[in-house]
Amino acid sequence: MSTLILEQTLNGLQFSVTLFLIAAGLTLVFGVMNFVNLAHGSLFMVGAYFAAWFAGMAGSFWLGLLCALPATAAVGVALEVLILRRLYAKDHMVHVLATFALILIFNDLVRIVWGPLPLPLNMPAALSGAINLGPVPYSSFRLVIMLVGSLVGVLLWLLVTRTRMGMWVRAGANNREMAVAMGVNVKQLYTLVFGFGVVLSALAGAMLGPFVAVEAGMGDDVLILAFVVVVIGGIGSVQGAAAGALIVGVVDTLGRTALPALLGSLLSPTVASSLGAALGSMMIYLVMVLVLFWRPSGLFPART
Amino acid sequence: MKALRFASPLLAALAMMSAQVQAADNIKVGVLTTLSGPASAPGIDQRDAINLAMKLLGNKLGGLPAELITVDDQFSPDAAKQAADRLLRRDKIDVLTGVIYSNVLLAVVPSAIANKTIVVSSNAGPAAIAGKECSPYFFSASWQNDATHEAAGKYMTDKGYKRVALIAPNYPAGKDSAAGFKRFFKGELVAEMYPKLGQLDFAAEIAQVRSANVDAIYYFLPGGMGVNFTKQYAAAGMSNKIARVFQAYDADQQMLTIGELIEGVVNTGQWSSDMDNEANKRFVTEFTKAYGRVPSMYASQAWDVVGLLDVAVRNVGGKIEDREAFIAAIHAAKGFKSVRGDFRFGRNQFPIQNQYARVVTKGADGKYQNRMVGPVMKDHGDAYIGECAMK
Repeated sequence: MSTLILEQTLNGLQFSVTLFLIAAGLTLVFGVMNFVNLAHGSLFMVGAYFAAWFAGMAGSFWLGLLCALPATAAVGVALEVLILRRLYAKDHMVHVLATFALILIFNDLVRIVWGPLPLPLNMPAALSGAINLGPVPYSSFRLVIMLVGSLVGVLLWLLVTRTRMGMWVRAGANNREMAVAMGVNVKQLYTLVFGFGVVLSALAGAMLGPFVAVEAGMGDDVLILAFVVVVIGGIGSVQGAAAGALIVGVVDTLGRTALPALLGSLLSPTVASSLGAALGSMMIYLVMVLVLFWRPSGLFPART
Repeated sequence: MKALRFASPLLAALAMMSAQVQAADNIKVGVLTTLSGPASAPGIDQRDAINLAMKLLGNKLGGLPAELITVDDQFSPDAAKQAADRLLRRDKIDVLTGVIYSNVLLAVVPSAIANKTIVVSSNAGPAAIAGKECSPYFFSASWQNDATHEAAGKYMTDKGYKRVALIAPNYPAGKDSAAGFKRFFKGELVAEMYPKLGQLDFAAEIAQVRSANVDAIYYFLPGGMGVNFTKQYAAAGMSNKIARVFQAYDADQQMLTIGELIEGVVNTGQWSSDMDNEANKRFVTEFTKAYGRVPSMYASQAWDVVGLLDVAVRNVGGKIEDREAFIAAIHAAKGFKSVRGDFRFGRNQFPIQNQYARVVTKGADGKYQNRMVGPVMKDHGDAYIGECAMK
């Protein structure tokens, strides 16, 4: 039993790091540019597709990952310059409509380019097995995801709090008009931030690719989770995204595992498994409601 | 001009009257299926199979010129309902087929039946229509939704698995699959897990499977979920530790893209591409030649719909306007050579057929395919026929 608890805790943490990877780009774009980008999940998908495609040609996962980041960034920047830039001044409803359309377009585009079946993307052979952490055999690739996600978190934090560009980003998120008045080139900053957000989502897509089906629509489920994390954490805040990801990851894993077990000791197995499953899938949304009740702008709001 | 305008309703009325007395000069088949979005792979497979089968028949069914009208249901019951109404009212189709998903099918069946249009389902077979809401206008040429799961339960019982874990998504078809499985599994179901539909990360479920100390695991995870789970299951080092059993769709084309991770996994269904009968050999050869890929079970079902309609139209001598006779001819399916071998309808017009075990094997060309193992259930009907009032 104790090994199971250890393993599930690890799973919760690992899921949190994954969520952070996915949500970090979204929160930056949302916070700095006040732009609701539903196509964030699509860029996650494009990143995974590029990684699978390049990895298939190069025969190496890492090479595929390396090529996927600039390729997806190019797609993202083109998107920003050609389409999204025109929408910033419009209200959120327009953002939602336009980027929802982009989701549909991207889903069918990847299907046209790469076909309807999932692309194969395998983890590097050296990491494809499990290693023993004490009594628990744990997937080594999951540990690598944790490592990469944590590194990205630290780098992002340094970037935002310790560099000039980070200062612009914080200024932009905190008070846009004032930032413009102080001479920040907002147009350039927006393209930069958007491109950076795209790189983060492509990294998430490429890192998760070996664990999930690389197929059209894979970004849609991711998007909802990312928004939950961003909203709990506070829009535009990197610390907020980290905290939100930790809460959602741990609560979701516990909800899925501990809840059915807990109910199982009280109710009949059939009732417990269906009730537990229903409650388990609701848990993160309940947490979101609670957090928003006490702190309507999230745990670490960037805009004060 | 004025006279013409005056005359046209009259002409239309005359035309309608003559249509009622004259024999039909063609048969219109509406193919309403999912052709766009993430869930479209099965629909595209069925459309391809139907188009090919019709082409090989010279675009005739039972000698009667046939017109196909293919429409995308967008995987949405609302869009499907509108598209179906257009097919029924404007195009006046005689037969509707192609629907993949049960929720879509349930949205379009009532208006089709009210319109006296025959529905021959090429995939979805919801319990309600097999039971209480059965209708002479509805046929299933595929399988009742529980059947492959029932076969999996039977297979695992026969194999002597005592402790089993089950995973299915928390939505109606997931619950139905569990119900079907439990109906024929006699061992102990140690763990039941119902993750939410579209779940990404299955680490928690895999840990539970590992700690539950089971002999085998049964999972029904349609679409990308199955691929997600399988990749993560392999990464956790579980692939060779605990036996896995699927139903056929979980080992179909999408999963075969990661065939090396499910090699040797047994799965249950009513058809396999290597079944040894003339109809099937021809189907697999023609399909592979036309599209450069091995057909899926979805494709086999759609192909069978065309074959079934072909014999039924021929057996009524092309007089499909006599709906009662046409329905009786479909029901009798006299001379119908299904690619799955033996096939007949029960009184609720759902199939009575064998369910087989198939195993994922690496072919000589290095690609993964399902190979036939043998029958698990013979002449298997469904559990809902008792609730159907039809004689």
